[in-house]
Amino acid sequence: MSHHCELCHIDLDRVSVRRGGSVLLQDVSMHIHCGQLTVLIGQNGAGKTTLIKALLGQIPHTGVIRHIDGRGLDIPHLRTGYVPQHLDFDREMPLTVRDFMAASFSRRPVWTGIGKKTREAVDNALASVEIGGLGDRPLGRCSGGELQRVLLALALNPAPDLLVLDEPVSGIDRNGMKMFLETLLHMRETRHMAILLVSHDLRFVREYADHVVLLDKSVLAQGRADEVFSSPEFDAIFGTGAAEEKEAEL
Amino acid sequence: MEAIYSIVKTILPLEAYQYHFMIRALLAVILLTPALGLLGTMAVNHQMAFFSDGLGHSAMLGIGLGMVLGLKSDLVAMLIFGVIWAVLICVIKQSGSATTDTIISVFSSTSIAGGLLLLSRSDKLSKSLLLGDILAVMPEDLLYLLGLLIGVIVLWIVLYNSLLMTSVDPFLARSRGIKTRLIECAFVVMVAVAVMISIHWVGMMLINALLILPAAAGRNIARTSRQHAVFTVLIALFSGIAGLTVTFYLDASAGASIVLVSALIYALSLVIRTARK
Repeated sequence: MSHHCELCHIDLDRVSVRRGGSVLLQDVSMHIHCGQLTVLIGQNGAGKTTLIKALLGQIPHTGVIRHIDGRGLDIPHLRTGYVPQHLDFDREMPLTVRDFMAASFSRRPVWTGIGKKTREAVDNALASVEIGGLGDRPLGRCSGGELQRVLLALALNPAPDLLVLDEPVSGIDRNGMKMFLETLLHMRETRHMAILLVSHDLRFVREYADHVVLLDKSVLAQGRADEVFSSPEFDAIFGTGAAEEKEAEL
Repeated sequence: MEAIYSIVKTILPLEAYQYHFMIRALLAVILLTPALGLLGTMAVNHQMAFFSDGLGHSAMLGIGLGMVLGLKSDLVAMLIFGVIWAVLICVIKQSGSATTDTIISVFSSTSIAGGLLLLSRSDKLSKSLLLGDILAVMPEDLLYLLGLLIGVIVLWIVLYNSLLMTSVDPFLARSRGIKTRLIECAFVVMVAVAVMISIHWVGMMLINALLILPAAAGRNIARTSRQHAVFTVLIALFSGIAGLTVTFYLDASAGASIVLVSALIYALSLVIRTARK
């Protein structure tokens, strides 16, 4: 991953989110670097999804989110790609994977058909995440792992500066999970983007994460996986020895 | 119109279509059923079948209020109140204060009660509001129906992809820059306009069937978005024309015949779907 500009980064400075009277996020400051896999960990209700929504610009926040290039200058637009945890959709809807993708790729309404260029772009995007043959499959007939890849292909087009994945590994079988992660790691090497992943799989975090952020309303600890895992804050949240226990389960 | 009458008489040498009122009704069906059917595909995808039913009922309050306020045209009154009603439902739904079907029930029963109260003081509570009378369509009415069809097609060109993404997952759609709330409201308003324009011809009791049945049947046999649209329009047109033709020979209610043909096709589509599995 050395050929990437790891100097490019997304800079969060004291990002807070309040809703009603309660504080959902308090002064979150962190960097998400290009060419790195940054992993967000924390308990349910720690504000992980809130942070993602703030990054995607879907909820108001205070503090600053900046996109900064290698020379320290602001890049005006932060293009984000988002892979949701799961799709809660009507699986009987008459909609193929290609329809679904084409609706995002092209302005031409899908009911009038899909143009040759769009078809090629969609099929290339699917092939890039190793599901090249899936275009004609109804979206509702895709397995959890296939759906995850469809969503990844969608999130990667147009090419984002920041790819955000919300626990993409849940609901996928072990083998599918491993393959999905490998695809993701390959992207880290080959594409110019920062990746932020929400994960509960601590073994995976230890093995692959470049940067780990432990969140509970605010950032409790951040750094390399071994640093965060050995911090007292980590023990306070997950219990002493949680990292080893979780690894033993897997 | 004369030219159209003679063309239809040549194409359809049935006894039914030697009468001008039947030809006008046929044209109305050809304009109306595809427009409602197309809107229905999204209503079904967004699981809003019950919503459009509730919207139909608001026509009653619209006419009632129009009468009290002394508006000359029923249609203007219905359109204004239909749109206000639709926007209100949309805003309340998006504020998330109650589930959608509860909101719709509240709106629907309020408008029926309000409409009944106002209309019971006059002679406007006619059979035609409830059941519709497509055989009474006049040439100028056809222009409204043509306008409706064009409006739906334009909306379907501009907003379809965004509506489709929103129906799959609103949060994902928003992450891709789609203004899901605005788009949902635009769709709901279009359904309201369609319901109000067509209610005199198909009636409050049956309007929802024309929206939902062809789209529901099309959905059973379609695999792609395009097939869904094409099958729905074909089913809507076939039901409309077949139902209207049957009406002439059996001297039955046109709206009811059209809906019954759609229901038969729906049953057939269910059989096909089950057989495929």
